[in-house]
Amino acid sequence: MSEDFKGGRLNSIVRTVENHFVTGLAVLSTVLVVAPLVAVFSYLLYKGASSLNWAFFTKLPVPVGETGGGMANSIIGSAVVLGLGSLLGIPVGIAAGVYLAEFGRGRVLANMVRFTADVLNGVPSIVMGISVYALIVLREKHFSAYAGGAALGIMMVPTITRTTEEMLLTVPHNIREAALGLGVPNWRAVCSVMLRTASPGIITGCMLAFARVAGETAPLLFTAFGNEFWPTGLNQPIAALPLQIYTYAISPYDDQHRLAWAGALVLIVLIMVSVTLVRYVTSRGVLKGAS
Amino acid sequence: MGVGIEVKNLNAWYGQTHSLVDINLTMPANHATALIGPSGCGKSTFVRCLNRMHETNPIARATGSVRMGDIDVYKDASPVEIRRRIGMVFQRPNPFPTMSIYDNVASGLKLNGFNNRKILDEVVERSLRGAALWDEVKDDLRKKSGASLSGGQQQRLCIARALAVEPEVLLMDEPASALDPVSTSKIEDLIFNLKSQYTIVIVTHNMQQAARVAENTGFFLNGRMIEYDSTDKIFTNPTDKRTEDYITGRFG
Repeated sequence: MSEDFKGGRLNSIVRTVENHFVTGLAVLSTVLVVAPLVAVFSYLLYKGASSLNWAFFTKLPVPVGETGGGMANSIIGSAVVLGLGSLLGIPVGIAAGVYLAEFGRGRVLANMVRFTADVLNGVPSIVMGISVYALIVLREKHFSAYAGGAALGIMMVPTITRTTEEMLLTVPHNIREAALGLGVPNWRAVCSVMLRTASPGIITGCMLAFARVAGETAPLLFTAFGNEFWPTGLNQPIAALPLQIYTYAISPYDDQHRLAWAGALVLIVLIMVSVTLVRYVTSRGVLKGAS
Repeated sequence: MGVGIEVKNLNAWYGQTHSLVDINLTMPANHATALIGPSGCGKSTFVRCLNRMHETNPIARATGSVRMGDIDVYKDASPVEIRRRIGMVFQRPNPFPTMSIYDNVASGLKLNGFNNRKILDEVVERSLRGAALWDEVKDDLRKKSGASLSGGQQQRLCIARALAVEPEVLLMDEPASALDPVSTSKIEDLIFNLKSQYTIVIVTHNMQQAARVAENTGFFLNGRMIEYDSTDKIFTNPTDKRTEDYITGRFG
């Protein structure tokens, strides 16, 4: 084989340089993505960590001027509203995704659902809040935890629907054929084989949707409304971390600003903890060598 | 025990493409029947018509009659029931990646709502022994995913999975085409042994394989069955010129 066919020494140097250059670009992009996250988190730690104490997690907010107090009711409230939202958003989202990927191929209804999901994804969260306000709060004549949950749940649906659809479509066709070839009814193949094979991606979608709405303030303003006291029922206005942060952040008092920073820090940490927890729990059943 | 299959005037289409034309064929019980022919000649479509996998493709349809023992496959039973009685092994090994080896073998029963642990244990062991895989996997049944096995082991796992449902007929669509020679010979031995209990229909590109495992061989070309006879006859003294051209390697 001649020298110029294999490529000379010069070519080899060019390739090495190109390789390093492209690797460098990839590393640079990673840094650019991670840097803001690290910056936001360290700033939050710097501003918020000093205001964190036991009382923050156990006490109700106190009036301006008094020292102490915490956001315990907001933490519980956020958990309640997010729980309600997930209860609504995750099943509906997954069911719609299954319909799009498995049963609705080429149907008019499927195209409508897909289009609606994409549009819904782009609807500003404040609009979602006002819609739920008009649909539920005005009718019931009071703010409530479940109105807040409904607003967040509806916001979760489009992300979950589209990820579920995408993930189901990536499951190889021969896996479905294996199930059908065993004499398994189609619906059972979808539930037990297709969904299960796609589940890591679907869980990621659910977590993304959850993390996104966990920090939403706007849809809660007109629905959950906020509350200075312990939650007493799903039918009552309820506090939530983003609402409390918002209230404190726009107040004129330094004490409350500090609490707002602490609240933001707690919110981010709680989101990270819950996402990690879900990942841990769902990855425990994964077998050796599973792809 | 296996049952015979009798195919009459089978025609199949993919959209506008007429991919099987007037196939008539009788496959005796507890024998292996090999189907040979060049790529795209309709062999795979043919076996997929036997257990009604053909119709899982929305643009595909088929006419004609397929009888399995006393049953008309297209009239007397649902596709789901037919596929339970006519098992299938595919060209590329397709174990369920999220399931353990045990669950892969038990899947046909479990997914149909059968959950008796004791019986499942027995079925799994019997099927894995039947597929000559038991000794290699018995220590990792629940620990390892089906996808962690080697290609040849995966294919035997798929055979075990098909056997666990206790079908009467086993369709094999080029079961060894993606495997190395050692795995291939294991699978061929297996087919040879399985004949006593099942009727086997095997699609293959490999004519030596057909000669080794099957009593009868059918030659397909362009969606038609050109010749069907005992394997000896097909490979030593074929009636049709095209069969002779194919087996002597003049085309295909």
